[in-house]
Amino acid sequence: MIREFSSSEVWFLVQAVRWTVLLALLAFLGGGLVGLAVAILRISKARLPRAIAIVYIKVFQGTPLLMQLYLVYFGINLFGIETNAWVAAALGLTFYSSAFLGEIWRGCIQAIPRTQWDGARALALGYLPGLRLVILPQALRIAIPPTVGFMVQILKGTSLASIIGFTELTRAAQMVNNATFRPFIVYALVALLYFLLCWPLSLVSQRLERRLDPGRLTPAKLAAQ
Amino acid sequence: MGAALTYVFQFGAVWQELDKLLLGAWLTVRLSSIAMVLGLAVGILGALGKASHSRLLRGLVQGYIDAIRNTPFLVQLLLVYLGLPSVGLRLTPEQAALLAMVVNLGAYATEIVRAGIEAVPRGQIEAGRALGFKAHHIFRFLILVPALRAVFPALASQFILVMLASSVVSVISAEELTAVADTIVARNFRSFEFYFVITGIYLVLTLAFQGAFALIERWLFGRWSKHT
Repeated sequence: MIREFSSSEVWFLVQAVRWTVLLALLAFLGGGLVGLAVAILRISKARLPRAIAIVYIKVFQGTPLLMQLYLVYFGINLFGIETNAWVAAALGLTFYSSAFLGEIWRGCIQAIPRTQWDGARALALGYLPGLRLVILPQALRIAIPPTVGFMVQILKGTSLASIIGFTELTRAAQMVNNATFRPFIVYALVALLYFLLCWPLSLVSQRLERRLDPGRLTPAKLAAQ
Repeated sequence: MGAALTYVFQFGAVWQELDKLLLGAWLTVRLSSIAMVLGLAVGILGALGKASHSRLLRGLVQGYIDAIRNTPFLVQLLLVYLGLPSVGLRLTPEQAALLAMVVNLGAYATEIVRAGIEAVPRGQIEAGRALGFKAHHIFRFLILVPALRAVFPALASQFILVMLASSVVSVISAEELTAVADTIVARNFRSFEFYFVITGIYLVLTLAFQGAFALIERWLFGRWSKHT
């Protein structure tokens, strides 16, 4: 029995957006916490923590997100725990996001001039207090544009959770398509919904980046050259 | 009730199917390599379009970039594979996978190549003109090559992301590494072992591509740079 593609199907898809957004927020939160730890380990002066962070980043940036989701999904099962799509999706996306955020933030921390570290030491601040009170607040400013940009990657990445059975926007689309068999309109609408989520973030990220870098060549400046 | 690990790993099952996995890895390499070459070509054309005097063309290219970069690859793939037949274009899974990968990479490559072209000093082009270079020589030697040289590391990272994203095309059962594993796992239920090994193979592929790109960069531009 093929159903008509009607406003109730559209509404079903629009409502599925909240699971995509919620999963993305969980992944951003988890990825942010772990990512901060990864970034701090990555800039450590001791060799072992640095090596651990480098391997972590290499592994999670060098393998497909889909494989990470599969491994978490089937891995949880091995411990005799009933696999829950929520846990698997949130955990898998946390690993993925933390590797990228960790590397982005490492770059931001290392972009702060060494003299700031010297200044912190001159104020008798230890390593971690200096990092927290002097370096991170400055690094945060330059970290915002790429971080917002990466949120777009996380939002898009949540679509892969549909493959392990997590019902978010893409999985909702598959369900609607199976019932109505109108793939073109269904997936075009879903693409539009993702676009409406991601585009504003992309624009904000670009605008913030431009504001941080006033020396950047704009077309107007190029013409004046 | 404990969460103890009582599962017995059987990696022997993976060993038995190794030839199929290696074939899958080869298919991934082939699919990704073709997508990289075609995607770069789309990127160069797109960057040309963005540098054009026609406002309409610039707007179209920008629309393409924004549409692709702000929607998931999986949705683009399903739209190509399931959606296009309803407008009369029926593709095999492999063709759909390749088309989706090229269209996706093309958008990112356009942005990267455009950034490279913008970084070319205007004086260089004027010098070429003053020396009587032909227009297509100016474009090739004074714009495109220096632009690609400037952005090669960014292109290489994007190429690797496309190779990793290719695992997603297994959902439309286009034959590549992940799809091969899916087929085997459906028969012997050793999901974790197989996906673990497959993940390892992807990591090796990533490192191999990074090495290959470093060599290509050395060969084309005569310099080494660190790829991450």
